[in-house]
Amino acid sequence: MYEHNGEKYFVMDGHVHFWDASPANWVKGQEQFAKGWIECFHAYQGLGPPDTHWPIEKFQKYSEEDFVKDVFEDGYVDVGLFLPTYLKQWYTEGFNTAERNARMAEKYPDKLIVNGRWDPREGEAGLKQLEEDAKRYGLKGVKLYTAEWHNGSRGWKLTDPESQFFLEKCQELGIKNIHVHKGPTIWPLDKDAFDVSDVDHVATNFPELNFIVEHVGLPRIEDFCFMATQEPNVYAGLAVVIGGLMHARPRFFAKVMGELLFWVGEDKMLFASDYAIWEPKWQVEGFVDWNYPADEAYSDYPALGTEGKKKIMGLNAAKLYGVKVPQELQLPPDEADEPAARDDAQLVEDRA
Amino acid sequence: MTIRSRVLEALGTVYDPELDEPITSLRFVTSCDVSDDGDVDVRLRLPTPQCAPNFAYLMATDARNAVRRLPEVRAVTVLLEDHYTGDEINTAVGRGDAFAEAFPGETEGELDALRELFRRKALVARQSRLCEALLAGGATPEEVTARRLADLPDDPEARRCIELREQLGLPGADDTPAFVRPDGEPIAAADLRLWLRKARLMRTSLEVNGGICRSLLRIRYDLADAKEVAA
Repeated sequence: MYEHNGEKYFVMDGHVHFWDASPANWVKGQEQFAKGWIECFHAYQGLGPPDTHWPIEKFQKYSEEDFVKDVFEDGYVDVGLFLPTYLKQWYTEGFNTAERNARMAEKYPDKLIVNGRWDPREGEAGLKQLEEDAKRYGLKGVKLYTAEWHNGSRGWKLTDPESQFFLEKCQELGIKNIHVHKGPTIWPLDKDAFDVSDVDHVATNFPELNFIVEHVGLPRIEDFCFMATQEPNVYAGLAVVIGGLMHARPRFFAKVMGELLFWVGEDKMLFASDYAIWEPKWQVEGFVDWNYPADEAYSDYPALGTEGKKKIMGLNAAKLYGVKVPQELQLPPDEADEPAARDDAQLVEDRA
Repeated sequence: MTIRSRVLEALGTVYDPELDEPITSLRFVTSCDVSDDGDVDVRLRLPTPQCAPNFAYLMATDARNAVRRLPEVRAVTVLLEDHYTGDEINTAVGRGDAFAEAFPGETEGELDALRELFRRKALVARQSRLCEALLAGGATPEEVTARRLADLPDDPEARRCIELREQLGLPGADDTPAFVRPDGEPIAAADLRLWLRKARLMRTSLEVNGGICRSLLRIRYDLADAKEVAA
């Protein structure tokens, strides 16, 4: 919980990691990729405030004590969502598996939610594993990494025929939240690697599932926004948007926020720190305090008030995951059911 | 003008296809050496080791071709450094091989469609800046959409628009409409507001990507801070 100016915010961090990228976990022969991956993440940390930067050794592998302090104690996070990233091609025990996450979550059952994963290239065995994981961890969500390498294949799409079986299985098992990392798929190499059109397609075909696009499709935010504005079950995961831009590029951050609020709306945006790339503390404090720069260039973007910030900070995600929010941190009932700003505008226009 | 400055000028005409900015102003050119005999050695760098190989190849091969066109240079070497597919790309660029030959079995075709897709985005983004400047100067939507190419100011933004139109095969005569959709269809005054909404998002996307790339490059190579180029 974060309290600021007399307002209390329920903080649900939609994207936290507990990874091991230390050299001891690098797969033989794949060291350059394992090393390159974590160094790339580490460079992103450099986009945050200087006093939050870690040495690479700590960044490769941090302790449970670090996590608890950074996320729960200093970071105001009430509930954190573990999104696993396996990358077993490069990391012997995986980079950040559901199993590793679950060991931590067992100790903090009210504060951490474990998400699973699947990969259509694993076929029948993968479907069986998903069933087992769902039972074992009580999964309500999965994180999908379409860029992951697997037996010589360098990526896949949600529209692949095999993916349909997995999405149907999610529906059957009550795994309603599908987090999709939209990042650099490197195959096929001749196409735009950040294409989000596969999300568009399955969001239409699976209306009961929610699709949370992590990192809002950056660097193709326009494709993401044009899609999300048409699909009621597509959400914007703000990891990297806040961590990567709010401090390093504040004017760009304001524009991206303005565009997201216009096209996607405050009911479908989810706060996420992407810990341990960035610590939640400065992101929570900065976001709650954030407003557009006083400049004509931002004047026709939708405003973001305290209610909107409360939704984005945690209430939206709590709704998706059925997390119980203490009464005092909820919105007053009349405000909680208000339509999104754009619907309001529509109603006004219709009446006029 | 020395050969080296002409080489640098030629490199300034090479654009990052994704960001629509010259590789020189993005600081992607690490070094440029010219020997007494006119042999040129250019080194390129990118913000991360995992930047997309397709765009990396296009920049490296465009750089090599731009320099080779100069009559006064002899051998030209362009090397992309610190990249996970650097070896494959450098070999292909050095031989003048097509992209598919650099990565046998990993691509389905060439990069023309990809390049065209990003040229369209770049054209939309640049036109939106010109449009907004006109509107801010007091022009009405009718006046803005009535502009012809010849009416545009003689500045880098407008010149790049004309260049992009040529590359996309869109009409580029002086009396053709200044503001067109990526398929060449003129924008109607009544549609201008909605078109601008979408165009502004595309522009923001390009600008933000450029901003992130600059920041990551600065961190990676410990470069001095450059001022934010935000609009």
